[in-house]
Amino acid sequence: MRKAFFEKLKAITKGDKNIFLLAADLGVKFFYEFQNIDNKRFINVGVAEQNMIGMAAGLSMSGKNVYCYSIIPFLIMRTFEQIRIDLCYNNLNVKLLGAGGGVVYGLEGVTHHAIEDIAVMRSLPNMTIVVPGDTVEAEILAEQSVTHQGPLYIRFGRDIEPLVHENKPDFKIGRGIIIREGKDICLIAAGTMLYSAKIICGFLKNKGYNVGLISMHTIKPLDVGLVKKCAKNYSAIFTLEDHNIIGGLGSAVSEVIAESRYGGIFQKIGILDKYTSDIGKPDYLMEKFGLDPKTITDYILKECKNI
Amino acid sequence: MISIPVEEIQKYKDLARGTRRDILDMIYKTKSPHIGGCFSMVELLIALYFRILSINPKEPNDPNRDRFILSKGHGCPALYVVLAKRGFIDQNTLAGFARNKGTLEQHPTRSLLRGIEVSSGSLGHGLSLGVGMALAAKYDKKDYKIFVFLGDGELHEGSNWEAMMLASHHKLDNLIAIVDYNKLQAMGKGEEIIDLDPLREKWLSFSWAVKEIDGHNFEEIINALEAIPFQFQKPTCIIANTIKGKGVSFMENEIIWHDKCPDEKEYKEALKEIFK
Repeated sequence: MRKAFFEKLKAITKGDKNIFLLAADLGVKFFYEFQNIDNKRFINVGVAEQNMIGMAAGLSMSGKNVYCYSIIPFLIMRTFEQIRIDLCYNNLNVKLLGAGGGVVYGLEGVTHHAIEDIAVMRSLPNMTIVVPGDTVEAEILAEQSVTHQGPLYIRFGRDIEPLVHENKPDFKIGRGIIIREGKDICLIAAGTMLYSAKIICGFLKNKGYNVGLISMHTIKPLDVGLVKKCAKNYSAIFTLEDHNIIGGLGSAVSEVIAESRYGGIFQKIGILDKYTSDIGKPDYLMEKFGLDPKTITDYILKECKNI
Repeated sequence: MISIPVEEIQKYKDLARGTRRDILDMIYKTKSPHIGGCFSMVELLIALYFRILSINPKEPNDPNRDRFILSKGHGCPALYVVLAKRGFIDQNTLAGFARNKGTLEQHPTRSLLRGIEVSSGSLGHGLSLGVGMALAAKYDKKDYKIFVFLGDGELHEGSNWEAMMLASHHKLDNLIAIVDYNKLQAMGKGEEIIDLDPLREKWLSFSWAVKEIDGHNFEEIINALEAIPFQFQKPTCIIANTIKGKGVSFMENEIIWHDKCPDEKEYKEALKEIFK
């Protein structure tokens, strides 16, 4: 989905000379394509992420529309204070494009995994967080990001993500998408987990449940109205995320659920507050975390046996 | 070195005296910290705001204005006073410093209307912001300059050195770093914590053009600032040797005045010294 986003952004930047893109010596393939368009607006700042965020703020204060790219931990965790003060306190139009949400960089190891990023970014006033669920969402997000006001963190999953949406969805930053309506069980997912959720929907349907599916691509500001609607309509709600169970999508949804007098089942499904001790590719690690569609389905069936 | 008329220098010295008095007043009345680091900045700020910077309080948003970034945000009482003297901040606003329902904090918040270009207070941010602004100015083919005012202690922050490397690599000769080299930090002498010397050589080796001056001597300050850029296609660094607490003998070079606030006796004594 990162590829789809950049392809779209590349096309936009050809006509919009106000857009700058900074990269911290990662992302070779697409970056050279941008540089071929205009090497003054697309700058490799070197292996120096803190300076990249400060520079982005300086460019933004000078009227530029700035995108910064790197692998998530280096992009947002090393630079947290620059993001806090330079971007969020000043409320600047800077977009942070993070590669490798969850354990997408499986074999690269824990230094490259991103399981705390949403929690960290959610704590920042003014920050918007979007996790596109497939290439269709990523493409529309690329268009909408250009005019977005304030700092925006975009978390990318895998480069080749299976399509979830069959038709162009009504995608708006800040509004969740109802992919299918149901009655018994509602799955709320984002990013890489959206496709898994779609598969799980199929499994649960085969077991006789009427299952709803929501793409909650914007984690902040959360679509509170939609969560409340789910709380009204469903007997059970599950959030699915490739992120620590603390502070991510599940936490955001649970904060609404806790204040909604919801009497049904609510469970967060995610990474149980631990760094992996296993080594492997993303699918392998997700299985080890118990986050593959089969294990999640079994868990949901167990939780929902009495509804 | 060009010589500056005596009466000009006298005008700046009078402004500096009034600035120190106002800083002392503000800090004393609000029991605020950082008087030492404010006093080391005074002559540099006066020269910048009353001679060098191309700015206009009637047009604080002018896209072609020079940018001044106070990276050592804790020195903001000095900046507020100078901005007030220059017509960016009115007396009511200044009177709202460091109090409930106030207007100005002890570390500044960005407000172009007030002439405050960036929010600062956490050290090591300003130079990167300046690099971004300098790149934007180059891209837009504008000839305004970006001045970044750094504390010496804050040079311990690694982000500065990232910014320094990038600035010279991109030949940002519209970027000027001014180091307030007062050699005292929050907890002790710089040389005992992490010695910056040889500081000049460090900047030179990062491919900046460097001049070292007496940061309290208006002739030296103005001559340096009016010679920018020192070298074509190189960013400029001015290392201003200063004295923390300058202007009040019992505060000069005394670590305790990093954050001590004067009591009544000290306040009166300091006032006397500033006007002696």
